Amino acid sequence: MDVFVAQCIDRVREAAARGSALRIRGGGTKDFYGNLPVGERLDTRPYAGIVSYDPSELVVTVRAGTPLAELESLLASQGQMLAFEPPHFGAGATVGGCVAAGLAGPRRASSGTTHGSVRDFLLGASLLDGRARVLRFGGTVMKNVAGYDVTRALAASMGFLGLILEVSLKVLPRPRAERTLRFEFDEFAALARLNAWAGEPLPLSASCWEAGVLHLRLAGAMPAVDAAARRLGGEAADAQAAEGFWRAMREQESAFFSGGAPLWRFALPSTAQPLGLEGGSCIEWGGAQRWQRTDLAADVLRTRAASLGGHATLFRGGARESGVFTPLSPALLAIHHRLKDEFDPARVFNPGRLVPGL
Amino acid sequence: MDQSVVIEHPELLAALRRVLPAGALLTMAEDTQPYECDGLTLIRQRPMAVALPVTEGQVAEVLHLCRAFGVPVVPRGAGTGLAGSALPHAGGVLLSLARFNRILAVDGPARTATVQPGVRNLAISEAAAPLGMYYAPDPSSQIACTIGGNVAENSGGVHCLKYGLTLHNVLRVRGYTMAGEAVEFGGLALDAPGLDLLPLVIGSEGMLAVTTEVTVRLVPKPQLARCIMASFADVADAGDAVAALIGAGIIPAGLEMMDQAATRLVEPFANAGYDLDAAAVLLCESDGTPEEVDDEILRMTDVLRGARATRIQVSRDEAERLLFWAGRKNAFPAAGRAAPAYYCTDGTIPRKHIGTMLRSIQDMERRYGLACPNVFHAGDGNLHPLVLFDDADPDSVARAEAFGAEILEESVRLGGTVTGEHGVGMEKLNQMCSQFDEPSLAAFRGVKRAFDPDGLLNPGKVVPTLHRCAEYGRMRVKAGNLPFPELPRF
Repeated sequence: MDVFVAQCIDRVREAAARGSALRIRGGGTKDFYGNLPVGERLDTRPYAGIVSYDPSELVVTVRAGTPLAELESLLASQGQMLAFEPPHFGAGATVGGCVAAGLAGPRRASSGTTHGSVRDFLLGASLLDGRARVLRFGGTVMKNVAGYDVTRALAASMGFLGLILEVSLKVLPRPRAERTLRFEFDEFAALARLNAWAGEPLPLSASCWEAGVLHLRLAGAMPAVDAAARRLGGEAADAQAAEGFWRAMREQESAFFSGGAPLWRFALPSTAQPLGLEGGSCIEWGGAQRWQRTDLAADVLRTRAASLGGHATLFRGGARESGVFTPLSPALLAIHHRLKDEFDPARVFNPGRLVPGL
Repeated sequence: MDQSVVIEHPELLAALRRVLPAGALLTMAEDTQPYECDGLTLIRQRPMAVALPVTEGQVAEVLHLCRAFGVPVVPRGAGTGLAGSALPHAGGVLLSLARFNRILAVDGPARTATVQPGVRNLAISEAAAPLGMYYAPDPSSQIACTIGGNVAENSGGVHCLKYGLTLHNVLRVRGYTMAGEAVEFGGLALDAPGLDLLPLVIGSEGMLAVTTEVTVRLVPKPQLARCIMASFADVADAGDAVAALIGAGIIPAGLEMMDQAATRLVEPFANAGYDLDAAAVLLCESDGTPEEVDDEILRMTDVLRGARATRIQVSRDEAERLLFWAGRKNAFPAAGRAAPAYYCTDGTIPRKHIGTMLRSIQDMERRYGLACPNVFHAGDGNLHPLVLFDDADPDSVARAEAFGAEILEESVRLGGTVTGEHGVGMEKLNQMCSQFDEPSLAAFRGVKRAFDPDGLLNPGKVVPTLHRCAEYGRMRVKAGNLPFPELPRF
């Protein structure tokens, strides 16, 4: 067995025996996210490296401590990419942190071949759980329904079930052409347009509306992008500027994200009406993800999100200690409780980071 | 299994009669007989009773009562599953969701449909058609299979390389736990708080919760689809062509392969114009805008030529495209016509091993003395070998079962999985012992307990017991690491 894995097994056993906690951490670029981390740091970065990559299989298997940038440049060298366009939020982002946080970028709500969440592209994983067991789920093939799909439940799990050691990800070819169009619309008109276009066979790969301006990215075969651009109108953005724009959106580096008030993320049905909160929203994913800087109380925002059919997360800043995620229904909480009992009975891994008290 | 043995439970039946409408509880042998198996007809078992609730309240009551009496419940949709996931329990209640057959809402602007689990897969696309949209996953049984069953099995189809599996196309599942408690997984937004339990429930073969409502994504119908039919002189060439297409950055809407035995089997039935002299035929589809399709068809044609295709034909119109597909989609009925019975397995392997696998299957055909035409979803490496046998001859049945089991073992050996889309059910319990080590199987049992602490919802499927794996291990060792053809398998 690998030395790092053997050491981790020892640490899990010790922590379980002592009743102490381990805080899983790669580059620390997502320390700001989730409920407050507690416990002794377990650094995943020593466990790094590409295990296998066969471009014609559209699959890469990689150790969790591998820098995300290293994986992305390897894929780019073969004309491929991670189709969920993950944010890095810093130079040190690792693949394990990317999967555990489960955050996707602008391409999340694209049409056609890409469904865009981290989960959707996760094919297999190995996990060290709180019982110090090394478990293997899924595999490296596209279609696999043998056993429960624990692999995909690891995306966005924030270390709830244990330490992700290795993942196999489905990758996709990079689009042959991309173009960004710019429109001026108010919020109602932008939401109406976005939902109408998403119902048409158009090669949409990203959208962002803020302060009266809608940016729309098209991606695919050149003739398809050309035809869609002709059909949609708007003003074509300079290619290099567009690339910078979408990178800044992905990494939350645009002016909208630089304010001081807590940043809230609303996940809503794309057709939900505008939030109507002071300061205005930044809208992504065709209307399905909306950002808001606000000092309003959590329960006010959560009630608003629920009335629109979704949920709200305190993404950055604010009072993390009162819980950043929307509380679970009693039935779901009971299932979480029992899953934690099965995978991590001594509450070794990331206690409370995803679900308060678990 | 002796199907005559049914455990009776008069007290429970009386209680169920009080909560269900007249005619919604079947207990007479002649009434429960039609439910004795699903699409895996090799194993049959009559249930104690069949419950056909109409409302969610009745589902909750049935679950409550069965749990109180410690009686197992097996959910069932249309019964088209091929792995025995809906096999009844001798002492249990079969919970049919057939009467949950209403489409509750089709939301055009939001591109979703909310339907009851007994709605047929194709009926969703039919309901969405006036909006220019459809539900993408299209298992071959889509005329008959229900969305509840698709959720249970995480069904695929011929277009999932590009459009994803059931999992990628379902937003929300509402259901009941074995405790009779309502629970919602996922939601109308693209994610939900807490662990993402949707992927655990989808594909859980009815073992974690009973589905009563499903919200699916609808996608715009492509303006145009065209299909290339390419012939190859060697199956290995066809396998290489698949890798070359993907390597060129092309994700076809569908990419299917048939070997010569398969084309010769289906051609008289479908008259699709397949090249019967070719060792393998590839069907390679492009869809999208007319500009996109023209561009992609050209690129695909170039790649296929470069990969030693001996003949290439592009569908000229929609009728011809459907004709190309007719043979592939009717492979199962054609197999049913060519032999008294057929047994279809479902291993998935890395694409690069397609040639190796086909050679292994040819070798098995000789050893087991049975023919095995191959149709498969080449784009995602999902094989559907059709082992032809005579179900009236016990020796032929035993050989067919052993043949199927060996294909699955070979799939695992090549780095694949024992099931790509049909599920484990009862059928592949043994091979789960080969694919997963004991700690991982123990973790699956933990997942089951977390949703169903008493183990009453569809027990005995998907995850083998430690004891079963030990027995299977001994059997394989005795047979020189190969399944023993003379042993009955079920």
